[in-house]
Amino acid sequence: MSGVKRFICGDEAVAEGVRLARPHVVSAYPITPQTIVVERLSEYVEEGSLKARYMHVESEHSAMSCAIGASSVGARAFTATSSQGLLYMAETLPYASGARLPIVMMNANRSIATPWNIYGDQMDAMFLLNSGWIQYYVEDAQEALDMMIQGYRLAEDPEVMTPVMINVDGFVLTHTYELVEIPLQEAVDGFLPPLKMPLNSMSLESPKSLCISAGNDTNMEFNMKQHFDMLRSASAIEAVDRAFGETFGRTYHGALEAIDTEDARVVLITAGTVTGTARGVVKALRAAGKKVGLIKLRVLRPFPVQRLIEALKGVEAVGVLDKNISFGYEGTIFTNVNSALMAGQMSPKTLGFIGGIGGRDITKANLEEAYGKLFEVLEGADLDRVQYLNVRCDY
Amino acid sequence: MVKLNAKTLHNEEYFYGHKACGGCGESLALRHAMKVLGPNTFAALPAGCMAAVSFIYPNMAFTTNAMITPFAATGAVASGIAAGLEALGIDGTQTIGIAGDGGTADIGFQALSGAIDRNDDIIYLATDNEAYMNTGIQKSGLTPYGTRTTTSPAGKNLPGSVNQKKNMFEIVAAHGIAYAATASVGYLEDFLAKVAKAKETRGTSYIHVFVPCPTGWGYPAHKTVSLAKAAVDSGLWYLAEYEKGAFKLNRNPGSFTPVADYLKAQSRFRHLTEEDISRIEAARDAKWENMRRQWQG
Repeated sequence: MSGVKRFICGDEAVAEGVRLARPHVVSAYPITPQTIVVERLSEYVEEGSLKARYMHVESEHSAMSCAIGASSVGARAFTATSSQGLLYMAETLPYASGARLPIVMMNANRSIATPWNIYGDQMDAMFLLNSGWIQYYVEDAQEALDMMIQGYRLAEDPEVMTPVMINVDGFVLTHTYELVEIPLQEAVDGFLPPLKMPLNSMSLESPKSLCISAGNDTNMEFNMKQHFDMLRSASAIEAVDRAFGETFGRTYHGALEAIDTEDARVVLITAGTVTGTARGVVKALRAAGKKVGLIKLRVLRPFPVQRLIEALKGVEAVGVLDKNISFGYEGTIFTNVNSALMAGQMSPKTLGFIGGIGGRDITKANLEEAYGKLFEVLEGADLDRVQYLNVRCDY
Repeated sequence: MVKLNAKTLHNEEYFYGHKACGGCGESLALRHAMKVLGPNTFAALPAGCMAAVSFIYPNMAFTTNAMITPFAATGAVASGIAAGLEALGIDGTQTIGIAGDGGTADIGFQALSGAIDRNDDIIYLATDNEAYMNTGIQKSGLTPYGTRTTTSPAGKNLPGSVNQKKNMFEIVAAHGIAYAATASVGYLEDFLAKVAKAKETRGTSYIHVFVPCPTGWGYPAHKTVSLAKAAVDSGLWYLAEYEKGAFKLNRNPGSFTPVADYLKAQSRFRHLTEEDISRIEAARDAKWENMRRQWQG
C-alpha cells in the first residue's frame, strides 16, 4: 500500500507521522528547530484531522510531565523538544522510563549552550543516553516520519514498555525539504492498532500506585528489570522494522545499516543525517577501488553490540564520527563502539572523528579525509586517537 | 448538598496505613479530602512528606489510583492524567494534585500556573505546613516571618525567616481560576465543604489548607487541631473563597485571640521578642484591613 508523495521538511514529516499514529495527547513547548512540528500538530488538532488534546504547557518540564500523566492512564502521548528544552525536562525522562510509560518524543538535535547556538549537533541527546529511553537517530525525512509510527509500535510492545526518543538533526533535516511518502492511514492503523490498556496503567477497574519508592532492599531489582528489558528490546527493534517493511515496503535494517562492509578494510560509523553524505563518499571511494564501508548506527540505546560485532568482522580499521564531545574524554559513540569491539574480542585500529559541533559543516572532503586517515593508520601512521574535522583553531 | 460533618461523612477510607508522624496535619487533610472525593480519584503527589510516607514498595497507602510526580510537576502531571482520561472517554473521575508549601509556592509554582491557565479540570490541594518538612524543616516560600527552620536559624542577627509568606491564594485567584479557597484542618467542616465544592467545579480548583506539623513546628502531637484553629482565631490564617471573580471571607472574627499564645506554643517561634510579635500583629492587622475593605464590599 503506497501513500501520496509530498515535498515537505523534516519537521513536517515528523508531524505527519505523529498524526498517523493517532496520539490522544500532545503536550509541547516550542523550541527552535522543533517548532514546525508543534505548529503543524496544533493545526491538525484545530482542523480536526488529529483527534487529540493539544496541551499548551509552560515549559518542557511540564510537556513531559503532562505526557507522563496521560500515559499513566493508558493514553498515547507525544511530545517534541530540542537542546536546552531536552535538558530542562531531563529529570522527567528517567521518571517516564522507570514507570515504563510508552511515550514517544521527537528531539530535534541541537547544540547546547553556552556558547548559544541553534544549529545541529548531537550533544543534547548524548546527555540523556542514560535516561532509560530507547534512542534512534534518523537520516532523512522519510525515516523521520516512519520512525514516529515504528516508535509507538516498539514502545507499546508489552515486552518493551519503554519510551522512545527519535533524534532528528536540527536544520539539516528539520528544515530541509524532501519528497516524502505519506503512508495511508488504514495501513498505519493496521500496523499500529490502538493502544490496549497496558498492565501498568492506572485504571478504575484496577487502581494502582505508580512511580512508587523502592528502598535499598528492592531498588536495584527494579533497575535490573528495566535494564534487562531494554537489552532484550534489541530483538523487538529488529522485528518492528521487519514488520514495517512488510506493510510499507521499506525497512531501515533495524538497529544499524551496514553499507559495503563485507569486504571493507576500513569502515566509518555515523549516526543521523551525515550518513547521507557518507554514502556518496563511499560510492566515490569504491569507484576508485578503495575497500571502504559505512555503518549507519540508528540506535544508541539499547546499544547494538552484537550487530556491530557481526558487521565489523574482518574490518581492519574503524572510524567513528561523533557530533558530540564528552568534555574531558572523547566522542560518546566512539567510547561505545570501542567497548563493543572489546566485547567481541576484536582489535581493529580505531579512530574517533569529532565534527559538526554547533552546526559546523561536515563535507565530503572531511569524510574523505577521515577515510584517508584510517588507511594511514593501517599503513602504520601514529595518529592521535581522536581527530577533529573542519576546525578553525589550534588546540 | 448534604452538609459534610462527622455525622454525615461515610466510614470508607481511601488513604491509610501510611507512615506519617503522629499528629500529622497534612495526612489528616488528605484523608478527609479523599473521603469527599471518593474511589474514582486519581491523585498526583510530588516529592514531599505525603509521597514519602505513602508509596513505600510494597505498601501503598492510597486505595485509589495515585502516583508520585517529579517535584516541580504536580500541576502538569495532574493535567496530563485528566487529559488522558478525557481523551480515552473515561467519565466520572476526579483528578487531584496534592503538594506541600514548597511543592506549590516554590518549585511547582510554574506548572500550577500552567494548569490554571489551561483551566484543566483538576483540583489542586496545597497542604501548607510552612516549611520543607520531608527534608528536615528547611525554609520555603510559605514560611512566615520569624520562623526558626534549619535553613533560617534564629540568632543574634536574624529572627529566623525574614520573608513574608507568599500570598498563594490571591496569586492563584489572579489567574481568574474557576474556584479557589483557603482552609484549615482546625475547621474541618469548612474544609470538607470546600473540597466538595471543588469537586463540583468544572475547570481548575485550588484549595490551600493550613496543616500544622508537630515535628517541624515543635509542639505535642495532640495539639495539631487546636493549633490549626488558633492560627485562624488569632487572624494569622484566614478562611476565604474566590468564586466567579469575587473574594469572600468565610469567617470574619470581631476580635482575635492573642497572637503570642499561638506563637509561643511552638518551638519554631519561641525565640521571638516582643518587638517581633508586634511586627507580626501589625502585618496581620494590615492584611485584615485589606481583606475587609476589598472583599466585604
